[in-house]
Amino acid sequence: MDLISLAIRSIFVENMIFAYFLGMCSYLAVSRKVVTAVGLGAAVIFVLTITVPLNWLINEYILKPDAIMAGVDLSFLQFIVFISIISGFVQLTEMAVEKFAPALYGALGIFLPLIAVNCSILGAALFMLGKPFGLAEAAVYGVSSGIGWFIAIVALAAIREKLKYSNVPAPLKGLGITFILVGLMSLGFLSFMGISL
Amino acid sequence: MSSQTETLVKVEPSEPLFSKKNRKLLVDPLDGNNPVTVQVLGICSALAVTVQLVPALYMAAGLIFVSTFSNLFISLIRNSIPSRIRIIVQLAIVSLWVIVVDQVMKAYAFEASQKLSVFVGLIITNCIVMGRLEAFAMANKPWPAILDGIGNGLGYGVILISVAFFRELLGSGSLFGIKILGSDSLTGLAYQGNGLMMLPAGACIIVGLLIWAQRARNGYAEDH
Repeated sequence: MDLISLAIRSIFVENMIFAYFLGMCSYLAVSRKVVTAVGLGAAVIFVLTITVPLNWLINEYILKPDAIMAGVDLSFLQFIVFISIISGFVQLTEMAVEKFAPALYGALGIFLPLIAVNCSILGAALFMLGKPFGLAEAAVYGVSSGIGWFIAIVALAAIREKLKYSNVPAPLKGLGITFILVGLMSLGFLSFMGISL
Repeated sequence: MSSQTETLVKVEPSEPLFSKKNRKLLVDPLDGNNPVTVQVLGICSALAVTVQLVPALYMAAGLIFVSTFSNLFISLIRNSIPSRIRIIVQLAIVSLWVIVVDQVMKAYAFEASQKLSVFVGLIITNCIVMGRLEAFAMANKPWPAILDGIGNGLGYGVILISVAFFRELLGSGSLFGIKILGSDSLTGLAYQGNGLMMLPAGACIIVGLLIWAQRARNGYAEDH
């Protein structure tokens, strides 16, 4: 089925981290421990699932050329409208999490509001524009991009936790070896490129 | 002796425009406090747009522009932004400048704009811009904020150009679009393009090696 094929493609072949390298900053910063990585990954899935279809609706009925009235093209406002939706939604999510799950709120700390500026969220919305999606496809694309990001960050956190026990040269420790790691993992994910469903 | 008490108002001498402190703001981000390799910001685009030198240069120029002007405007209004919505205000100001850069690039550098595709828009969420706004522009005067924006943009540009240089030279045997290696090129040396360098994975490995070289020179090491 088309939607399943889209989901598999977005999770593995067009992985947000390993194919497009979006969302790297918080990815590198939060991937030291698996527990925080899981929390942040889950939050990213949630935000992507809601904001990608929401942005699709706004683009379809307001911003596209000839959407509101014939001859009116508001597509130059895409950036500011999308980022406002995303940051507004993340603010709402932050308030809801603070009220209903204060333990999770404390654990995520500053990284929850930082999801608003995670390149993968805005990037997914902008990629969605370039593809012929309907509402259902946009929703599936949002969820699967999030799942792809989640898999990437948890995998990297797991490897980095084990790396502590290796003899990495001092100047390469931490950030340097992480970059090389991500490069190698990206090469590994290339093996999914031949999948056709 | 006057019967009125004189209140002495201490007038701070205004700092010269290019004092040592201000020059540090421009020069530090080039190596010691590099936004990409030390502060770990702006990684996404450093990996994605460096396949060729020309789009990388446009990207660096765009980022310097956005970073400088966003820093300036946020610094000007820094005392009147309510804390709860400061990220939304910052994003709004940055988006305005990015829209300007995007439209100008579409008008005057269409080919490069096509190659960069979504990454021009993603300057909005570029951690360097947002990171410097939060860390510097919100707490400093306009002129230092401008210098900080230019300095970090230049530091980012240095990394972009270094990575793009190796990726384009080793990946397709050319520089700035001029073929240098390969049988039908300037030097005539035999060369088949290195596919790994064309992939983002190659960029990751080059940045990792750059960090290694930089930290070995500077003597900075993380604990794990």
